[in-house]
Amino acid sequence: MTAKTNWTRFKENLGTQNPVFVQVLGICSTLAVTNVVRNTLVMCLGLVFVTALSNLTLSLLRNRIPSRIRMMVEVLVIACLVILVDIFLKAFHPDISRQLGPYVGLIITNCIIMGRAEAVALTHPPLASFVDGVSSGIGYAYVLLAIAVVRELLGTGEIWGVRLLWPGWVNWSVMVMAPGGFFVLAVFIWVVKGGLMRPPEKTGG
Amino acid sequence: MEQLGFLTILFAAVFTNNILLTNYLGMCSFLGCSRELKTSLGLGAAVCFVTAATSVLNWLVYAFILVPLDLVYLRFIVFIVVIAAFVQLVEMIIERVSEPLYTALGIFLPLITVNCAILGVSLFMVIREYTFLQAFGYGLGSGVGWALAIVAMAGIRLRLAQRARIPRGLEGAGIALIIAGTMALAFMGFNGMVSVN
Repeated sequence: MTAKTNWTRFKENLGTQNPVFVQVLGICSTLAVTNVVRNTLVMCLGLVFVTALSNLTLSLLRNRIPSRIRMMVEVLVIACLVILVDIFLKAFHPDISRQLGPYVGLIITNCIIMGRAEAVALTHPPLASFVDGVSSGIGYAYVLLAIAVVRELLGTGEIWGVRLLWPGWVNWSVMVMAPGGFFVLAVFIWVVKGGLMRPPEKTGG
Repeated sequence: MEQLGFLTILFAAVFTNNILLTNYLGMCSFLGCSRELKTSLGLGAAVCFVTAATSVLNWLVYAFILVPLDLVYLRFIVFIVVIAAFVQLVEMIIERVSEPLYTALGIFLPLITVNCAILGVSLFMVIREYTFLQAFGYGLGSGVGWALAIVAMAGIRLRLAQRARIPRGLEGAGIALIIAGTMALAFMGFNGMVSVN
């Protein structure tokens, strides 16, 4: 692991080691807002910010954290960063903040952030951890954005308020409701695992 | 919002607003631990207990400490610390008191701290401005709803593993998500009976 350059790490997190497809981690808090592209984008930006900075912070602190309480320290660092995101949204984009409701706070329990902190930040130097945080955040974000585009387009016929489908289009309202998110993500995983990743990896998920 | 009764909220949290199937919370352990009936029962019971207890605890902390001191913006940290501390405490107590219960539930407790459903319940309860009794009903109902979903899922997956031929790319997480989607569709049938939004 340590021999990897930062660039290969970056590419792997976007592609073959993508946290959503390979591990199906951390979809809880963000899948819920993928029925509107704008909200998804905001959530994903928040997530990239938190993953990157928590990895950086924890990596800087890694030699000082007693291993017995490391989970607690990780959670506290992540929670502080999430509070920053929440306050920022409340101050500058109050309407988005209202729509997202509790989901901003739920970034704390997103497994990806904790997972990256445990797996990478505690054993790697700051720069590598930072790169890892940014790239796994982006790898996660683009999958979620793709889901959001599909759901909003099929569910409402428009994206970001712009009508894209022809006028006679009948909205698939199931897409913007809860089951749609499950189905779209399942199909995405199917396509990626079955078609693009060869040889298939045994993930045991 | 108008006052909803304890039972109404309890029912709504289990069926119409199931925390897993309508809010996607607690997906990680839902996908990871739903391959055996026994494991999912244990985890479901543990989540039930912890959600019910922490929703009450967090309500008390929020109403009597954070609001009077004007520290509402610290709620994320405080809630997660309360949850983590509570889980630790329960783990220690169970270990002392009952050996069989510890072997049945103990291994799941550390997993629970990072289960989104539990933090989610506390955050929803604050945003919807529940009273004490409502918060308890919501916490208990969400826990029961989550347990119901994971046990049903484990049952379906067991059956599926015996006789179904699943396309290669869909094995594991993919098919689990499709089952979850179908379950969510089924649960939408309860919509309109009561609503807590």
